[in-house]
Amino acid sequence: MIENNLYWEQFKRSFAIVKKNIRIYYSKGPVIIFGLLVPFFLFLSFYIGRNMPAEALVPALLGMTVFFTATSVGPAIIPWEARAKTLERLISSPISIWTIFLGDMLSSFLFGAVVSIFPVVAGLFIGVEIANPLILGLGTILATFCFASFSILLSAYPPTDTPAGVMMLSSMIKLPLVFISGVFIPIEELPGWGKTVSSISPLTYFTDLARHSIQGHGYYPVGLDLTVLAAFALIFLVTAIKIHERTMQKRL
Amino acid sequence: MLTGVIKPDEGIASILSYDILREGLKSRQLMGIVPEMANAYVDLSAWNNLMLIGELYGVPMKQRQERANRLLKEFGLYERRKHLVRGFSRGMKQKLLLCMALINEPQILFLDEPTSGLDVESQRLIRDMIRELNKSGATVFLTTHNMEEANQLCDRIAIINHGKIAAIDSPERLRLRSSGLQSIEVSFDKVVSVEDLSKVHGVKEAKKTGDKIRLYVDEPSATLDKLVDFARSKRLRIISLNTLAPTLEDVFLKLVKES
Repeated sequence: MIENNLYWEQFKRSFAIVKKNIRIYYSKGPVIIFGLLVPFFLFLSFYIGRNMPAEALVPALLGMTVFFTATSVGPAIIPWEARAKTLERLISSPISIWTIFLGDMLSSFLFGAVVSIFPVVAGLFIGVEIANPLILGLGTILATFCFASFSILLSAYPPTDTPAGVMMLSSMIKLPLVFISGVFIPIEELPGWGKTVSSISPLTYFTDLARHSIQGHGYYPVGLDLTVLAAFALIFLVTAIKIHERTMQKRL
Repeated sequence: MLTGVIKPDEGIASILSYDILREGLKSRQLMGIVPEMANAYVDLSAWNNLMLIGELYGVPMKQRQERANRLLKEFGLYERRKHLVRGFSRGMKQKLLLCMALINEPQILFLDEPTSGLDVESQRLIRDMIRELNKSGATVFLTTHNMEEANQLCDRIAIINHGKIAAIDSPERLRLRSSGLQSIEVSFDKVVSVEDLSKVHGVKEAKKTGDKIRLYVDEPSATLDKLVDFARSKRLRIISLNTLAPTLEDVFLKLVKES
């Protein structure tokens, strides 16, 4: 009972971290605009000049938006705190490392989830019909959790206090992931090696889910997409926190 | 280390019977901390900083708000509570850090160089607050390089050299331990060479301190006679003459040298 209370209390305190992150990092105009602009322009560069139905475009735009927004600030938070000398204050509070990173992950999740509404509304506005809203909703929530966990993994190593360095490193990982994830070309149209490479990216499974729910068909079964996304989310979160636990002392 | 920031290599430590490693959350719950190098969040207002720390310590909202109002008023920050900390002076930031450390009404307070680099008024305010907190029952761990501050505020002082405690005792007892550091402070109507004074019987060392000269002696009473003889022989008039107990700074330097 006492243990349960302890976990519940820590879970509640992670929301203090969420509020702090939203106030400091996510409510800034440039962050919101950048979070929307990057996927939008990537989408435009892919869309212009190609004659594609809107049903094929919205899953791609949604995939990129959720991926970029949920991973936009997360990697920079801990280096930022280390540089601003607020990390020591946080660590000496009665909260576990898990609480801190759960809070960081949840704030990335909330940001990604809220911004994901924009491409869906844009799709509805241009006449796209959503065949299975339940799968889309569940898939978006799971994928946003997965990418938010990925965002804290991106800052786990090296233990630096330079946000710009971490952002550069995370861009070097994030951009290739977008290109191999069947966002621009559906998985079934990829060559054999392309399908294999795309299977290592969590974004592949979300884009596939979005196609299932909007176009009515995808490459992998829905159950597999959901399971793999959940597995990626768990692996990213646990690995990120374990690495952060080991490297935290080096940041102080 | 006691605050949970640095992991110990070996040994055990507990805070109010909670092991700092196995029950770190419970032990940290009882503490208030002002780390030396730490900052408040400069992109948050003073109020939001206090609310954040209050939430991290699990202080219910109503209590959090009451305490924050009271602390901000006591430390003279109430009028600036809605302003971002980015625009605060160093003294204001330090006062806010102390407010943040007190929001959970801790039983033990760890203060790392709380008055370092502050103006005299802020230093005095913070020292008065520390005295008040101690009087109301809180244990205060104070880390400082300022010997006079330690002398004024502490019941017990531990002198740490290269990570090891060289001595731990009350300020007065520490001073008594260093009887060899007793001194006489003297000033004359004319300039006198330090070398000449260091040759007076009983003087172990002579140092110029402003327009006075400080003579380190074993037995001040015996040396006083010799000093008067010295003044007569050189036709000097003594302007002032004081016997001084060793300062904590003297004790510190002696202990560090010995260890």
